[in-house]
Amino acid sequence: MAGRTRDFLHTIWNTKGLARYMFWAGAAITAVFVVCAIFAPWIAPYGFDQTSAHGVNFPKLGPYDSHHLLGTNDQFYDIASRMIWGARTGIEVVILSVILAGLIGVPLGLLSGFVGGWVDRVLVFLMDALYAFPSLLLAIVFSFLLKGKLGSGILAAALSLTAIYIPQYFRVVRNTTVSAREATYVEAARAIGARPMTIMRKYLFSNVVQSVPVLATLNAADALGTLAALGFLGLGIQPTEASEWGYDLSRALDDAQGGNWLPAFWPGLMIVLLITALTLVGEGLNETVNPALRRRRLKPVVFSARVPADVAATGPSGGTHGVLDGPDDRPGGGHEEAAT
Amino acid sequence: MSSSAGSGSLARYILVRIILVIPMMLILLTVVFLLLRVAPGDPVSASVGGRLPPAILAQKRAALGLDQPLYQQYLEYLGHVVRFNFGTTISDNQPVLSVIRDKGGATLTLTVGAFLIALVLGLPLGRLAGRYRDSGADAVIRIFGIVTYAAPIFWVGVLLVAFVAAHFPSWPTYGIASAQTTFVVPTHTHILIVDSIIANYWSGVFDILKHCVLPCITLGLLITGVIIRLVRVNVIQALKGDYVEAARARGVPEGRVVRKHAFRNALVPVITVIGLQVALTLSGAVLTETTFNWPGVGTALVNYLNERDYTAVQGLVTFFAVVVVIVSLLVDILNALVDPRVRY
Amino acid sequence: MTELRDVGAPVIEGPVLEARDFRVWYATDRGPVRAVDGVSFSLRRGEILGLVGESGCGKSTLGRGLIGLLPDGSSRDGELEFEGRDMLALPGREQRALRGSDLGMIFQEPLTRLNPLMRISGHFEETLRIHRPELSKEEVEQQALAILRLMGIPPTRYHAYPHEFSGGMRQRLMIALALVLRPAFVVADEPTTALDVLVEAQIIRILHDLRTEFETALLLITHNLGIIAEACDRVAVMYAGEIVEIGDAKAVFSHPKHPYTRELLRSTISLSTTGLNYIDGAPPDLVEPPSGCHFHPRCPDAMQICAARHPVDRDHGDGHRAACWATDLAEGLTLDESDRAPLEREEIAVADEA
Repeated sequence: MAGRTRDFLHTIWNTKGLARYMFWAGAAITAVFVVCAIFAPWIAPYGFDQTSAHGVNFPKLGPYDSHHLLGTNDQFYDIASRMIWGARTGIEVVILSVILAGLIGVPLGLLSGFVGGWVDRVLVFLMDALYAFPSLLLAIVFSFLLKGKLGSGILAAALSLTAIYIPQYFRVVRNTTVSAREATYVEAARAIGARPMTIMRKYLFSNVVQSVPVLATLNAADALGTLAALGFLGLGIQPTEASEWGYDLSRALDDAQGGNWLPAFWPGLMIVLLITALTLVGEGLNETVNPALRRRRLKPVVFSARVPADVAATGPSGGTHGVLDGPDDRPGGGHEEAAT
Repeated sequence: MSSSAGSGSLARYILVRIILVIPMMLILLTVVFLLLRVAPGDPVSASVGGRLPPAILAQKRAALGLDQPLYQQYLEYLGHVVRFNFGTTISDNQPVLSVIRDKGGATLTLTVGAFLIALVLGLPLGRLAGRYRDSGADAVIRIFGIVTYAAPIFWVGVLLVAFVAAHFPSWPTYGIASAQTTFVVPTHTHILIVDSIIANYWSGVFDILKHCVLPCITLGLLITGVIIRLVRVNVIQALKGDYVEAARARGVPEGRVVRKHAFRNALVPVITVIGLQVALTLSGAVLTETTFNWPGVGTALVNYLNERDYTAVQGLVTFFAVVVVIVSLLVDILNALVDPRVRY
Repeated sequence: MTELRDVGAPVIEGPVLEARDFRVWYATDRGPVRAVDGVSFSLRRGEILGLVGESGCGKSTLGRGLIGLLPDGSSRDGELEFEGRDMLALPGREQRALRGSDLGMIFQEPLTRLNPLMRISGHFEETLRIHRPELSKEEVEQQALAILRLMGIPPTRYHAYPHEFSGGMRQRLMIALALVLRPAFVVADEPTTALDVLVEAQIIRILHDLRTEFETALLLITHNLGIIAEACDRVAVMYAGEIVEIGDAKAVFSHPKHPYTRELLRSTISLSTTGLNYIDGAPPDLVEPPSGCHFHPRCPDAMQICAARHPVDRDHGDGHRAACWATDLAEGLTLDESDRAPLEREEIAVADEA
């Protein structure tokens, strides 16, 4: 199984063309955000809810200067610091929600695929219904419900997003399990000796290892957008709990309409950059992993020189009827070593 | 002979598809009921508790049927939905259906406009990217698609508004129409632009169209990204089709091969998936309406959310569920009309 | 066939199609695949040439290469003349214009070759309008219905969709589409492989009758030797991108000159078959084909010279050509003792492994 993982990484490394550039560009941008997230306390000049330093209060909507690289917003916060702390919030929420969705969706999919019958049918129907439902509305409903119980912190936001992504993992794993079961019968009949469970585990692993990373990356991108949307609607993380780009954007809306658009520009740019980066990684992975989409770089065809004797000997009009020449009349066929 | 057989099976297909709506609807409604009626406990005290004396709260509960056992509430809820009764709001005591009627027209105008923009932009761009796969044009179009999908609606909206406000100060940046238009046009269909046309009030129509431009572009760009991706992948897939090679073997020029053979066949799966994007469009509409102060169902939903009006939220969410199910039904029927094979 | 052809064009009495040292190579990430590597033959008007060989020997590529229907990254080389025109020098536009009107193609899988969203009428209208824009709608329909009738498809089905037809009917539709403009040369790539035996006989009869009806020269690609014997004038045997033997179908089948042809004939199942014969080993890798004769690693008659030098393509009378050292030896060629020595078994095994 380690071998399969290595093969997978090997394929990524060897992909060529656009998919490769997309993947690495996305990975590089994502890495920058991850570094910001991990080292936010050291990188950010101020805390995310800090409104004064050294006894001096920050200005409201202050322009950029040596103290505030991107200026301050209407809540007296330092915009640059909020952006860096926002990376931490976004990545925490996204990782939590994607992992939780996987932890629920994958076992449910396995169960549905293994057990089959009416359990399978009901689960498939339920998941399809959830999937068809507008994801933002689902997140809104959940955050609306969780607000009273969990407050409006990172955990509540992550849980609100989890429900959206469960059906996707469910679907992939369930379909893989069903086809793994079918493959098991075929394999077991052909290669007697291998235990069905071994075959199944191998089959499942090799398929899940291909599809789940792609799904998780694309879901992470989507989750980030939904988190920002919740923040924008005032249903997400409150500014005192953590810094969240969507919330900052909603605060900057009125000023932008008045002409001061920079406080709105920065959080939006962060969102676009991270979502685009994650999407590029996901799409790049998808093209790499999915053989139907993969395209390898071809070496152009260069014809070797033609052998003139061939033409003379094989041309329908130039055939030397009935005459058997010695083998030495074939200039192109010089003695070569026998193939070994 | 074949046409009569074809339409017969088409009718049967549509009938089966309509019957399938029932379990799907039932599951969605059950999910909504569980989430919004059972999970929060008592919606009345959650929305207006603390502001009213207990006696009045109890009275309100009884009026909403909240004192009955859950299964009875559930059946009653289903019964109401079947009769298009989505309940009454707690905060301003309005039937949810009348909220939908008053605000639905604006949402419909916005989403239709956005979809038109998305189709006009997305179909040709996706086809171009698919036909010239891995070329420079493909790379640019794909990045455009990813970025428009990645950019939060409200951010694009805010930047557009800031730009227009700075350079074209007279261009409207919020609302669906100027106060004058809203005041003058008599209500018939609750869709302002249609009413305006009926009233033959063309300066009003023009005014509304001007208001539509920014919101429709904003929401339209989001859908454009999705359509580009979809069309591109499906054109690439269709270009590998056997019938495409056969058409080339008959000497059909490449442009026509792409247009008439690959693209048309690529549209079949695209229609299905675009149908699923209704969910995305509704999500996007909520955000677009909030950004542009658009008087639609989305803005209403956000207002009720802030009011913590559970019955209003439940009613509106139920309505969205119904819309999703109906649109998916319509998409499947459209698909059957486009693709003769589906009928079998 | 004359009324549709340009009146001013000279009547060509030479071969319809002539290939000399024709090559088609595909680009891959490992280097070029020599799918067709130096093939020479010609086809007369109304002649049916059968093309046989194992899967992957380059038959289909040759067929597609002749009408210029190749995927991106493939290249053609050598000489290819169609009705006196140098096809390899012709611009892509003009080549396309010839396809459908002068050059036709019939495919293996009729089920997927028609656009599922297009009515049969649409397919005919498209083809006829592209090549004969001067035809009116009535004339288009008239011509289409005429050829459909010839293929035994009732005119009432003209406006039906492809999925409403059976496999055999769809293949007849494909043939009708390929022939509606009376092309001078048609490639039929395993046209009956996907069909059942009764339909197969029907289709073969239709193809066989083409020459009297249309004077069409036909390259019939198949792996069914029975079809060749039944329907073809001449047969070409292909191995690893080369034509190893070509000649009159009866002569080749009764007196094969190449060991590969012999083995291919032996491995055919018939009522008199007592045991199953097959050729050891698999077709070679066409990126790096074996040295000398490409067949030597699998050839029961292989000699030392076979691995070292490519055999010469020789005429053995009446245009029956083959390229094989063993045949040359049997017919009086003098070879050194070292060249004549049989190739050792382990060498064969190693070469097979490579």
